[in-house]
Amino acid sequence: MTTARTALRRTLTVAAAAALAVGSLAACSAAGSTESGTADDLDAALEAGGKLTYWSWTPSAEAQVAAFEEAYPNVDVELVNAGTNTEEYTKLQNAIKAGSGAPDVVQIEYYAIPQFALSDSLVDLSEFGLDQLEAQYSASTWGAVNVDGKLVGLPQDSGPMALFYNAAVFEEFGIAVPETWDDYVQAGRDLHAADPTKYITSDTGDAGFTTSMIWQAGGRPFQIDGTDITVDLADEGTQKWTGVWNQLVEEDLLATTPGWSDEWFKGLADGSIASLVIGAWMPGVLESSVADAAGDWRVAPMPTYDGTPVTAENGGGGQSVTKQSENPALAAAFLRWLNSDPASIEVFLESGGFPSTTADLEDPEFLAIESEYFGGQKINEVLTQASKDVSEGWSYLPYQVYANSIFGDTVGQSYANKSDLNDGLAEWQNQLVDYGNEQGFSVNE
Amino acid sequence: MSTVERMTPDVAGAAGDNAAATRAAVLPAGVPRRRRRRTSALQPRKSVAFTIMMSIFVIYSLVPLVWLVINATKTQSGLFSSFGLWFDDEFVLFQNIWETLTYRDGIFVRWLGNTLLYVVLGAGGATLLATLAGYGLAKFRFAGRRAVFAVVLGAIAVPGTALAVPTFLMFSQLGLTNTPWAIIVPSLISPFGLYLIWVYAVDSVPTEILEAARMDGAGEFRTFFTISIRLLTPGIVTVLLFTVVATWNNYFLPLIMLSDPTWYPLTVGLNQWSAQASGVGAQPIYNLVITGSLLTIIPIVVAFLGLQRFWQSGLSAGSVKQ
Repeated sequence: MTTARTALRRTLTVAAAAALAVGSLAACSAAGSTESGTADDLDAALEAGGKLTYWSWTPSAEAQVAAFEEAYPNVDVELVNAGTNTEEYTKLQNAIKAGSGAPDVVQIEYYAIPQFALSDSLVDLSEFGLDQLEAQYSASTWGAVNVDGKLVGLPQDSGPMALFYNAAVFEEFGIAVPETWDDYVQAGRDLHAADPTKYITSDTGDAGFTTSMIWQAGGRPFQIDGTDITVDLADEGTQKWTGVWNQLVEEDLLATTPGWSDEWFKGLADGSIASLVIGAWMPGVLESSVADAAGDWRVAPMPTYDGTPVTAENGGGGQSVTKQSENPALAAAFLRWLNSDPASIEVFLESGGFPSTTADLEDPEFLAIESEYFGGQKINEVLTQASKDVSEGWSYLPYQVYANSIFGDTVGQSYANKSDLNDGLAEWQNQLVDYGNEQGFSVNE
Repeated sequence: MSTVERMTPDVAGAAGDNAAATRAAVLPAGVPRRRRRRTSALQPRKSVAFTIMMSIFVIYSLVPLVWLVINATKTQSGLFSSFGLWFDDEFVLFQNIWETLTYRDGIFVRWLGNTLLYVVLGAGGATLLATLAGYGLAKFRFAGRRAVFAVVLGAIAVPGTALAVPTFLMFSQLGLTNTPWAIIVPSLISPFGLYLIWVYAVDSVPTEILEAARMDGAGEFRTFFTISIRLLTPGIVTVLLFTVVATWNNYFLPLIMLSDPTWYPLTVGLNQWSAQASGVGAQPIYNLVITGSLLTIIPIVVAFLGLQRFWQSGLSAGSVKQ
């Protein structure tokens, strides 16, 4: 009953967001004074001061805003936690559709940025000269905030993928750290055979994970050119991934614990979920939420298909300035400080975040940190290398938030039935094509 | 009057006993035993199947509550490492309650206050409006009554969630989104409550009394507030309970209307706490979500138990033609 109701609520939320999205694509943004300026103009805006609203759910936001207000006493930033990921996007979409109520600066994850960028809701920050900051960021995160030739945000964190594994469990069962995906599948078989309560990892169908895995395998299922979209979830890279992952799904080698549930955290603590292939921001989560397993976990490079190191981004996001902002110059100046000023990034790093700024990624001090939680391992060496190995040329759909919301009903069914993931992906593709065409895009398969 | 009423059951019982005795004397042996197996409306036959089914329903309804109470006594890590339906070694219920009330500068208390505000103004206002309108439609003859009846019936058929998006667009035009009014104003309308009062008033407020009051020179408002409202009390309490529960549990409307957490009700607020357990920078606080849920349902459980007898009499209102 409760589950059904939750599902219904989710569906309704999505329906509402979808209903509102229809209009926003058609209508041109009403507000949006497009002042252009330079770095000097931004400094002047900070000097002149004013009031800004900033939506964010990052743990570091509060301390960052406090530090900013201390440095620029004329500026008053109101921080609002409008919800975590999709909840915030629904509210943002609603506010955009309504024509008022959107914040000046808003946190958006990389996968959702195209949705707001292509509905013309975000300010092109190159108008304020922020495109000159390109050299400061890792290539993959910079690519994620550039949509259709416009700079629609500045990257905050990044999530190059790596293999996090419970070394205590691996050791107990004599499992070597897998370097290729074939090794990984074999490790899954060996572990589960040795102790049926243990699984190599958990996956019940997570859109973010699947898209990242396709990304790493070289698949590029979503091609966007203006309003022309191509969806091909059966391309070579995608099939390479399903070839590996199907073995784990069909042989029942994956824990069926939903990600981020209390049982999932429990599984990470007691060793029944023995590894995770996930973004580089995971150490902070493990340290704070799986404290019982301190000393057990280690990090290794993400397994590959042929030995050539290659990774993908998983999670992470940045901040954007909305076109509803009445003072875009001040908003852009705040954003510049937030995601490039060392004082702000220091606060961000202290909160356990993983940076997108190359200076910090390659800072010898950062690389030399010996993580106590990871048994003294210099985890940042592995993770920084992962950020350099991110495969290029990936893009998300301009309606990826919706796409991810129906992932469970399509690909999730293949997971539930322990059957061929390609069937689920084909169904996902069908629905994405239909939806895209309904939204006014022209979508080809 | 009351003496007679109190005596009646005894008299009836005695009469019944006499009748049974008479029949037992007349009928041959064996027959009464079969008679006893027959059941009356007041003493239904016990059915094993129904008892099992009832027990299953009771377990089904109580287990989540038991789970909630037990798990509200655990720490965040205790939740992950102990069996769900029994206590952990550590008992931290009071610490959890304290943390829930003080987390993020006591935002939970603020949400509780918001929920109370929405309930008092929204559910209270809805009950008042439903009572006035239902009574008016039941007891006054005027042109367009049938049209109002059709509209009200139609409105009951449309679920509130279906109206949420159009309501949102309308409210955003009026500049009312992200304010408490966006929750209170839509909550004021309760077609079901209106219908219930209407049906209830037809039977429970005799037109003769109203005519008598009019004859004695009472105005319509005086008649309503001194006579009718007392006769309507069970119906009003029922509607109040319905609207209080609906407003207390209201989720979808505030979810899309509000973006500023300072105006959230408990439902949306708790969901926000629950959602912060996922993704980048995840901060799971499941112990506070669970304790917060427990604190959230306590007032509604108390309201339900306290007003139960009104609720029951209201449910059967109009079911028997008197």
